[in-house]
Amino acid sequence: MIDHSLGEFEELVLLMVAALHDEAYGVSILDELEAKLGKSLNISAVHVALKRMENKGFVRSRYGGITSDRGGRRKKYYVVTALGKKMLDTQYELRNSIYKRIPKISFG
Amino acid sequence: MIRPPAKASAFLRWFCREDCIEEVEGDLIEIFDKEAIQFPQRARWKFVWSVIKHFRPEYIKPLGKFNLKTIAVHKTYFTIGWRNLLRQKGYSAINIGGLAIGMMVAILNGLWIFHELSYNQYFENYDRVAQVAESGIRQENGEPYLATTMTFPLSTALRENYNQHFKHVVRTTFSMEKILTAGDTKILSAGLSADPEIAEMLTLKMIRGNRKALEPMHSIILSKSIAIALFGDADPINKTVRLNNSSDVKVTGVYEDFPGNTTFSDVKFFTPWSLFVTENKWIQQRALTDWRNHFLRIYVEVPEDQTYDVVSGKIRNALHFAPEDIEQRKKENAALTLYPMSDWHLHPTYVRQGQMQPLLMIKLVGAIGAFVLFLACINFINLSTARAEKRAREIGVRKTIGSDRSRLITQFFTESFLIVVLSFAVSLMLTILILPLFNKITTDQVRIPFTSAWFWVSVILIIFITSLLAGFYPAIYLSSFNPIRALKGSLKTGKITSIPRKVLVVFQFSISVILIIGTAVVYRQIQYAKDRPVGYDRNGLIMVHKRTDDFTGKYQILRDELKKTGTVYEVSESMGPATQMYSNNNGWQWGNHEPNWDQSFGTLAVSALHGKTIGWEFIQGRDFDPAILTDSSGIVINESALKFMGLENPIGEPVSWYWWTDKSRVLNYKILGVIKDPVMESPYGSTEPAIFFLKGHNGSTSWINIKIDPKVSMSKALPVVEKVFKNIVPAVPFEYEFADEEYARKFGKEETIGNLATFFAILAVLISCLGVLGLASYMAETRVKEIGIRKVLGASVAGLWRLLSVDFVWLVLIACLISAPVAYLLMNQWLQKFEYRTGISWWLFVETAVCATAITLITISYQAIKTARLNPVKTLRSE
Repeated sequence: MIDHSLGEFEELVLLMVAALHDEAYGVSILDELEAKLGKSLNISAVHVALKRMENKGFVRSRYGGITSDRGGRRKKYYVVTALGKKMLDTQYELRNSIYKRIPKISFG
Repeated sequence: MIRPPAKASAFLRWFCREDCIEEVEGDLIEIFDKEAIQFPQRARWKFVWSVIKHFRPEYIKPLGKFNLKTIAVHKTYFTIGWRNLLRQKGYSAINIGGLAIGMMVAILNGLWIFHELSYNQYFENYDRVAQVAESGIRQENGEPYLATTMTFPLSTALRENYNQHFKHVVRTTFSMEKILTAGDTKILSAGLSADPEIAEMLTLKMIRGNRKALEPMHSIILSKSIAIALFGDADPINKTVRLNNSSDVKVTGVYEDFPGNTTFSDVKFFTPWSLFVTENKWIQQRALTDWRNHFLRIYVEVPEDQTYDVVSGKIRNALHFAPEDIEQRKKENAALTLYPMSDWHLHPTYVRQGQMQPLLMIKLVGAIGAFVLFLACINFINLSTARAEKRAREIGVRKTIGSDRSRLITQFFTESFLIVVLSFAVSLMLTILILPLFNKITTDQVRIPFTSAWFWVSVILIIFITSLLAGFYPAIYLSSFNPIRALKGSLKTGKITSIPRKVLVVFQFSISVILIIGTAVVYRQIQYAKDRPVGYDRNGLIMVHKRTDDFTGKYQILRDELKKTGTVYEVSESMGPATQMYSNNNGWQWGNHEPNWDQSFGTLAVSALHGKTIGWEFIQGRDFDPAILTDSSGIVINESALKFMGLENPIGEPVSWYWWTDKSRVLNYKILGVIKDPVMESPYGSTEPAIFFLKGHNGSTSWINIKIDPKVSMSKALPVVEKVFKNIVPAVPFEYEFADEEYARKFGKEETIGNLATFFAILAVLISCLGVLGLASYMAETRVKEIGIRKVLGASVAGLWRLLSVDFVWLVLIACLISAPVAYLLMNQWLQKFEYRTGISWWLFVETAVCATAITLITISYQAIKTARLNPVKTLRSE
């Protein structure tokens, strides 16, 4: 049985994959996330999140061409799948609907 | 350009799944490259850290995918090795059996050596406890000595003026046997009187009470075994124990018995030093300031930050001499020294004549263990190279298909490893089975330390060394075959290839023959000393030690009662048991000589009729006669004394004895008789000149000797004697010793060595025979066709038997020739330690050679005759 839940960090990575579209691979996701979150992360966390989400069917991957950088290793690009997009939408809807219920109280 | 750490990359590639490696390694390198421009060191750390962080289930290959090829190859090594084992069951049995016996000997010897080397290590302060000793150079022979019996004033000085250099200074007595009585239970046991700090110094493991338990004057601490013997399951604390039927002490503690490999293993209880001093009035009266009276031992514990050398330097001035001795002791260069606990067992102060230095013994046992193991390895080498032709084709095929030499070597090593591991399992079982017997022979308590890590490390070492030793040559030899020749079947198996095998067989038999000869010589020496004329009759002689004052004034009535029973031939008293010489004295004067201070005579106070009781053999003169009053100033001397004195007509000659501390005290004697030398000390040494008297300067009689009437059997006489003792001295348990048993004890060590040598010799011969059996059956197998043809042409079974045996007989004879001189040299050297020794005659070598040849012939004959009797029709049919 496949687990369809989405962890907090996974959600961030999935958002980033969707945002970067076609340019999302390990290092670019890491860099963007680090910039947005303002803290340093380890690449393994990103890799694990990507791998799990690929198993859950939220992202799809393909290999790029061989270059002389990266020790001759190809980049693995990720794109969000329809299911992944739906998941993001649901999450967004959920949060938004609850957020809207917050009474307008001014904190000041 | 900086590269990422190679080891981390290699690790990543080793564990990471194939479908992830592109992404993971690529990303890691990209990050590394970016960062390395600015912070190369940080980039490296980060790379390593990231690799480690990727080492998680999602990225690790499934187990089966690891090194798939190598695992399979290793598996085939074992499979094929196992099949080879099963295919040749007979050879495998010989191999495993021989190796197992060899390893068993190695294990036993290793355990014994460990047991010896760990002597006294039971005590936690092993490294810091020492005995105070006097060292110096003996004037007579220029040899160094180390004396450990000390004087009272020295102990006082060390305890009072030098105690800042020590953690503890403890005085003890010698271990003394005492009668312990609790209620109706009486037991005889050895113990020490010691200062209370002994408990801390020897780190007694207290089961009851604490390490201060010896502080009250009337206290005693018991070992667990004695506590159980005296009180059973009841709580011994605060119970009263009576010592030697005279003083009552209270049990204040119970400690764990000392193990067998400690110097104090015979000590079963401790009583306070203060009690010892109080009960022995003479100490207060004479010994407190006497620098000549040596009667106690002093043990010290040095502080953790000190060395023995430093401390012994600091106490040098504590030693004083009596004014009369100063000159002599200065000449001897006498000085105080510390004799560390670690040396007590391995470097004893005194080695009895003929006995071996412990370190030498350890080396010898180690060498024998190694040699026997090596013999077993030789079997393995011989059998596997001899059988090489059987596997030549297999090797040829393997090489043709593409197996390289290292693979083949690994294959053969794996096979020997397999055999060694199996042998080890067998040998461990054998060791467990045989250990009780081994302990009985060595009178030690060797155990297998299954819980010790060191034991298992050594086990693994033994397994590896043995597999290397046994597997090395066969692996190199077998893997060197030329595949073409091997496949054609034209592999040379002639004379040259069998030479190393023959050399090894000769070597093997040489060792066995040396062990046989050694064993024979040890036994001959013991027998020779046992057959030595003893000068008195030990049969039917029992000796009773008068341990307590309960005997005082009871001797005459005891003697009368014993004689009345009709089972006792004669009774006498003596200062020591008949089988031992207890004291030595100088100051004898005879003829025109000055009093002789250099030569000490063995001296023994006896009662009249002692000669009749123990059966002295008189050469001249007569025994003391109780009816003649003047005999109280008579002496009996032995033959050695006569020779030393050089008297022509000894009977009636006057002899005087000057007392060493007070030369005005003189005793005048007349010689009554001369007896044949009684052997009272080492049966291997020459007899010391000895003088027997009724009344002397020192020493009273403390032993009763009872000669049972030869017409009465010992089993009938003992209860009668016991009854008399029970009636007259009821307070003392009737404890006696047989003179013949006591005498036999003098041979204990040598007999142990003899028994051990037999044990090893039998095993060595067994291993060698196993090897020969294997080789012989193999030879017979390869020559089966030749023998068939010979039979067809008319050869007889006897002729064929000779044909098959003669090769081996030659090898054994060569081995005998080689080993005879070696054995002669070794054993001759051993015999030199004994003054009274047997020679090694040439027929011993002949006997051994005949024996070895006979054993070999018997071993191979079975195989040879079986082969010679095969039907040639059957053996020749296949071609």
